[in-house]
Amino acid sequence: MRPMPTAAAALGLALALSACGANPEGAAAPGAGSGEITFWDTSDATTEAHVFRGLIEDFEAAHPDITVHYENVPFDDAQEKFKTAAQAGTGAPDVMRADVGWVAELAALGYLAPLDDTPALQEPEDFLPTPLSSTRHAGATYAVPQVTDSLALLYNKDLLAQAGHEEPPATMEELKQVALDVNDTTDATGLYLNAADGFFLLPHYYAHGGNLLDVEKQEITVNDAAGVAALEEVLDLIDSGAAADPALTDTYATMQTAFKDGDVAMIFNGPWSLGEIRSGDAFSDEADNLGVAPLPAGPEGRGGPTGGHDYAVYAGSGELDASYAFIRFMASADSQATITKELGLLPTRASVYEREEVASHPTVRDFEPVIDTAHPGMWIPEGGTLFQPFTQQLPAAVSGQATAQEALDAVAADYRAALGWD
Amino acid sequence: MTTTLPTVRGAASPAPPRRPRRGGSGPLRRALATHAYAWILAAPVVIVTTVIIGIPFARGLYLSLTNATEATVGRTIGMNEIPATYTFVGADNYLAILSGETGAFWPRLAWTLVWTVVCIGAHYGLGLGLALLLNRPLRGRAAYRVAMVLPWAVPPFVTAFTWRFLFNQDYGVFNAALRGVGLPAVAWLNDPLTAKIAVICVNVWVGVPFMMLALLGGLQSIPAEHYEAARVDGASAWQRFVHITLPGLRPVSAPVVLLGTIWTFNQFPVIYLVTGGGPGDSTELLVTYAYRMAFEGIRDYSGSAAYGMLILLLLVAMAVVYQRALRRGGTAW
Repeated sequence: MRPMPTAAAALGLALALSACGANPEGAAAPGAGSGEITFWDTSDATTEAHVFRGLIEDFEAAHPDITVHYENVPFDDAQEKFKTAAQAGTGAPDVMRADVGWVAELAALGYLAPLDDTPALQEPEDFLPTPLSSTRHAGATYAVPQVTDSLALLYNKDLLAQAGHEEPPATMEELKQVALDVNDTTDATGLYLNAADGFFLLPHYYAHGGNLLDVEKQEITVNDAAGVAALEEVLDLIDSGAAADPALTDTYATMQTAFKDGDVAMIFNGPWSLGEIRSGDAFSDEADNLGVAPLPAGPEGRGGPTGGHDYAVYAGSGELDASYAFIRFMASADSQATITKELGLLPTRASVYEREEVASHPTVRDFEPVIDTAHPGMWIPEGGTLFQPFTQQLPAAVSGQATAQEALDAVAADYRAALGWD
Repeated sequence: MTTTLPTVRGAASPAPPRRPRRGGSGPLRRALATHAYAWILAAPVVIVTTVIIGIPFARGLYLSLTNATEATVGRTIGMNEIPATYTFVGADNYLAILSGETGAFWPRLAWTLVWTVVCIGAHYGLGLGLALLLNRPLRGRAAYRVAMVLPWAVPPFVTAFTWRFLFNQDYGVFNAALRGVGLPAVAWLNDPLTAKIAVICVNVWVGVPFMMLALLGGLQSIPAEHYEAARVDGASAWQRFVHITLPGLRPVSAPVVLLGTIWTFNQFPVIYLVTGGGPGDSTELLVTYAYRMAFEGIRDYSGSAAYGMLILLLLVAMAVVYQRALRRGGTAW
């Protein structure tokens, strides 16, 4: 159930006040600025936004000279909207919650203010290195990590038990076997892969020691031997019947529905999806029917991509000092602890994981090992376009009209055109 | 008898000199003076049209001849100053598109034409059929008309999302119906051919009401006496349809078919929201691709401008040819 807004606000206020006492630097730092700033939040307007609004009230209480205008912008539109506003020079917010994949692009285009040596970047050494790596571009820091996430193996304990498996699969080979066993012994399908989205294929890449690009060497590796092995693994899971024949349009929603309804025993998904999943028929009765395990390992390792969100400041903001102070507050350890406690979103500060109320949160417990194995993304300006070629080239491979090698060669050709690399 | 030649007085005497107009007399000046009132009335439209169509058009044309992208146009935002680094490249963008180097122009044009022809054919055929049905006296005609117009009144994104869900292979209504009668489910949006059929179905559903309304108006403007006379002469129903109804509809058909063609050629929401151009890029139209160039990743202003100019050229050429053909056939609007 959604906590009452007033209760959340009161709780947040109490935390903020205690933060003032414990850490005087954290709240009303000198030179914090004054004025009105606009914050674009991309969190879920119905289930998450109230916590961020509560934090903003606390911030305003601690900084009476600063007024924060909160706007909830749908995640899917936010990047385009921000770029259009920034390019036009009017209407851009002072602070935005940006996906980790957007920062390098926005920074390269000159839309973001560098945050090194500003009050916004408090105790940078406390941040986890992988989320922090998403905030860097060309030697400067352009954002402050808000939350982090990655993919895990989510499974229906009931269905796995019916198939004779008490433990989730630990390797990709076991994954296939468990899925086939589920097919044989239950009405459900073992596995549903989001084969239309390159982001969800990265676990297979990492399992085979591959990646889409080698950013340091400026090489395209999407179609090398490891990449082909990764995609062949995916196609084999689908062709063998272990994984359902995926819908190539609305894939994510179809996967979620199938898992929620108990039609599918295992999927790969992140902590952001847990709220929706727990509302489904298969998991609403007994909360512990949902299992969360690290992604299955391949011959070369395991792990998922790093997702999450950062706070970024618009370079054209007229209230830079107030924006820095706002980010400093929102990214503080206390604020992160509040967000985790209320929403189960994973903090980006190492020190926050040590707090009792955070460490005992079920989502944190489940996902901490997942975060430990998460791989940093390809933080380049073109990072936001790397998954589109998969969406275009993979259907041919999934439907058997192209081999894994052919499909990935086509992806590599698209990368060459987009990046100008060899 | 002698004939006296009539004297032409006027020819002999020189014409009196005209009084010079005040302020000189150019033909332009004269035209302006004669039509001053009309010019004043038309001025707002001329100015607004120039501002909202002319200037963006000129800018688009200019951009299409450069290599401007979001990264190369100059801007100053706060402490960040980025100089403009784009240059004039002449027809390079057009050559890259027309040679197939970028954007897969020709296969996409082929599908766009198939899509337009099939959709317009279905719009016109179904619209005419429904208009004929609704044009006869029947009980509750007003209610039928309202019902038939509904698809046009629904916002396109609602239509698109609803249809996308209907086509869903696991949870959609169509596959539930197929399974219900013991047939195997079809992965509608996974296969290029079925996906194309699916988006055409959606667009036909969206476009028929407008066609039907326009043709219904046309049918009601055909004088009933023509049908009476034909019936007296013993013409069959088919003959009446071919020789009275179709020619009578021509003044209405011609513009709505042209309009429909332009709309369908540029039908963005149906494709973008139902299939996203997929599977792969098999249902991508020229316009949805131009949108991708303009808005995905680092925005390619010059490439999408060139793509847009080519789309505009195609449509203008098509409209001109169509209008000429109609003129030759004796009817223009």
